[in-house]
Amino acid sequence: MAEKPTEYYVPESSPWPFLTAMVLCITAVGAASFVQQNSGSSITNNDGTMGSILLPIGIVGILLMMFLWFRDTVKESLNNMNSTQMDVSYRMGMLWFIFSEVMFFAAFFGALFYVRWLAVPWLGGAGEGAMTHELLWPDFQAMWPLEVTPGGDTTQAMGPWGLPFINTVLLVTSSFTLTWAHHALVKNERGKLIGNLIATLILGFVFLFLQVEEYIHAYTELGLTLDAGIYGSTFFMLTGFHGMHVTIGAIMLTVMLIRILRGHLTSDNHFAFEAAAWYWHFVDVVWLFLFVVVYWM
Amino acid sequence: MGHGPTQPFIKRMFTTTNHKDLGALYLIFALIMFLVGGFFALVIRAELFAPGLQLVDPNFFNQMTTLHGLIMVFGAVMPAFVGLANYMVPLMVGAPDMALPRLNNWSFWILPFAFGILIFAAIKSFLGMGDAPNFGWTFYAPLSTKFGPESTDFFIFSVHMMGVSSIMGAVNVIVTIFNMRAPGMTLMKMPLFVWTWLITAFLLIAVMPVLAGVVTMMLTDRHFGTSFFDAAGGGDPVLFQHIFWFFGHPEVYIMILPSFGIVSAIIPAFARKPLFGYASMVYATASIAFLSFLVWAHHMFTVGLPLAGNLFYMYMTMLIAVPTGVKVFNWVATMWKGSMTFETPMLFAIAFVILFTIGGFSGLMLAIAPVDQQYHDTYFVVAHFHYVLVSGAVFSIMAAVYYWLPKWVGRMYNEKLAKIHFWFSLISVNVLFFPMHFIGLAGMPRRYADYAVQFADWNQLASIGGFAFGLSQLIFVWVIIDCCVLKKGEKATDQVWEGAEGLEWTLPSPAPYHSFTTPPVVK
Repeated sequence: MAEKPTEYYVPESSPWPFLTAMVLCITAVGAASFVQQNSGSSITNNDGTMGSILLPIGIVGILLMMFLWFRDTVKESLNNMNSTQMDVSYRMGMLWFIFSEVMFFAAFFGALFYVRWLAVPWLGGAGEGAMTHELLWPDFQAMWPLEVTPGGDTTQAMGPWGLPFINTVLLVTSSFTLTWAHHALVKNERGKLIGNLIATLILGFVFLFLQVEEYIHAYTELGLTLDAGIYGSTFFMLTGFHGMHVTIGAIMLTVMLIRILRGHLTSDNHFAFEAAAWYWHFVDVVWLFLFVVVYWM
Repeated sequence: MGHGPTQPFIKRMFTTTNHKDLGALYLIFALIMFLVGGFFALVIRAELFAPGLQLVDPNFFNQMTTLHGLIMVFGAVMPAFVGLANYMVPLMVGAPDMALPRLNNWSFWILPFAFGILIFAAIKSFLGMGDAPNFGWTFYAPLSTKFGPESTDFFIFSVHMMGVSSIMGAVNVIVTIFNMRAPGMTLMKMPLFVWTWLITAFLLIAVMPVLAGVVTMMLTDRHFGTSFFDAAGGGDPVLFQHIFWFFGHPEVYIMILPSFGIVSAIIPAFARKPLFGYASMVYATASIAFLSFLVWAHHMFTVGLPLAGNLFYMYMTMLIAVPTGVKVFNWVATMWKGSMTFETPMLFAIAFVILFTIGGFSGLMLAIAPVDQQYHDTYFVVAHFHYVLVSGAVFSIMAAVYYWLPKWVGRMYNEKLAKIHFWFSLISVNVLFFPMHFIGLAGMPRRYADYAVQFADWNQLASIGGFAFGLSQLIFVWVIIDCCVLKKGEKATDQVWEGAEGLEWTLPSPAPYHSFTTPPVVK
């Protein structure tokens, strides 16, 4: 392998960032227009035609732009244009990006803690909420999970020891298989690498499948839905965004699998794999936290 | 294939990965947004010139206050600081460019699209085709959830885009600072502008996702039946305020910390003395950033928090006066017995120190929870945050532009016109905002299109100041065109200012396209 370049590589120019911003805008406008038809309330009277055209265009556009943009960076990596310093930039960039994702989840966890420990007890008359309780919903009883809302909606809680526990085992196992795959990559053991990576992917997809099963169970049997009060809101938003991130992580790992099969990643040049692995571990940690505070406690 | 300066202008603008090109684009964008947001402010001031309803109906008035706030915060002040960071951080740390150049282009180009969405809503509203967001820049639930107009959903996604832009921009700044410094430039040798931006970038990455979270909850409350901000479902509208201000308070420091960095560069240069207390400045900045996460509920003293909560947030807020006081005293001590000259950047910097301190003092008054019951949501609050944001943040941005403009374009600006701009701005900004203290203390609430007759005199004065301030900024625009486009003014030297220090002054003016191709060694 040739020597690493010492100069910092600055790409001359690139059309992809601007075009990515453009398709992001199409997605945003499309999504805003699309959700308006979904409301079923009197807020808006938009039939969503524009949204259902723009949103798919935008999403396909984003995927296409990501492909084209990443293709450039892959070429640079394969042509050995990246200095060690550049590699550090990529690593730091990914870590700070993951930190921003952590803070995104923190907003939803914060909302969960607030309603659970403050808002719901106050509605039930605790502490500051005595008058609120008396005047608004004197019959309301504070509880968590909130199975009967002040407004009278009812639901059943999702227990932790069925599918959620199986899913915990699956995700934790997948973190181990992914780490074994990484060790195999460093030691140049190709068969072991591919085997472990495929195992990780299978575990991830089974997790997603079971998550869908759980949602169906929630909707059809428990009456646990997005509009079943704050318990349903926090439950579905937290697990839903987590599931979305598992999907993104699985896509990243699939791309890594394809790149490994094409021989892109070597034992000393595989930042992309590590970035995807970090992301996967992050998603795993979020799940553990979520299992404890959403399902168990 | 040509690149950079040899490329056709349009292609270069859209595809550039260069930190100076992008810095300039950010700054031009911010200036345009500053004028647009200023125009909205003048609509507000024109309506408030006299009691009663004259020009606009209250609903449209609310849209103007909302859009004025959103555009000034997210479209003018923040992009201006990111533009300055883009231009100056690589120059100051001795790097060839930003660490992630393509990402840099993306961060910028998201902004025109995001604000395009907002301004489109404003234009539709001007034409009577539906309301723009009308719930104030803080978009409290349920005004923005149950009662938000159709454009609210577009606003939500526009905020998502601004968030992506800010987070990516901040990641880029942090990585540049940590990874691209010239050999020998240890953290404690970095210019304070770089330090303050490092901490600002951290704040951005920490809180912009929280903003994304809260607008997402708004969206699902509006369209998917969730109950985050609906007490009937077990949620709480106050929850919105908690999450919003957990973002919002660090956000206001995002808009002032880079100002501290700018002023800490300019005052030593024109006092011809090293900055007094460099290390204490760094620690003070870090303390302010840390405290900014513990004070958010001082925006909510009147919503009925438990007493212990109000007390905690009151004391934490007052603590911020300590590191901020350290900074103000350090700036004054830097000027003490210096051989000072008063070129335009220095004038703006001194005005910043004085007027920002006034804004700080009114902030201290607002921090006192029992008294805040009286001031809350009055014009006193409006006076307070405009003192820190206009005569604070915006003045520091103007100081920065005058200070570094010769380095950017290689020519001096018209000093005489610039001084006229300064004096007009200084006087009019005080005529505009100082009377608001009085009408606020007298009890005039903010965000109303009409008011009681007893507030008329001070409101008239404020409106006159507002229009004078707005017109003064046209001088600023002219000085920039005169310097950058018409290329009047003598050629700038490399050093530009006699007392200026830092790596950026070792490069020619204008600085070469790839700033430092070989890193300088810092001793």
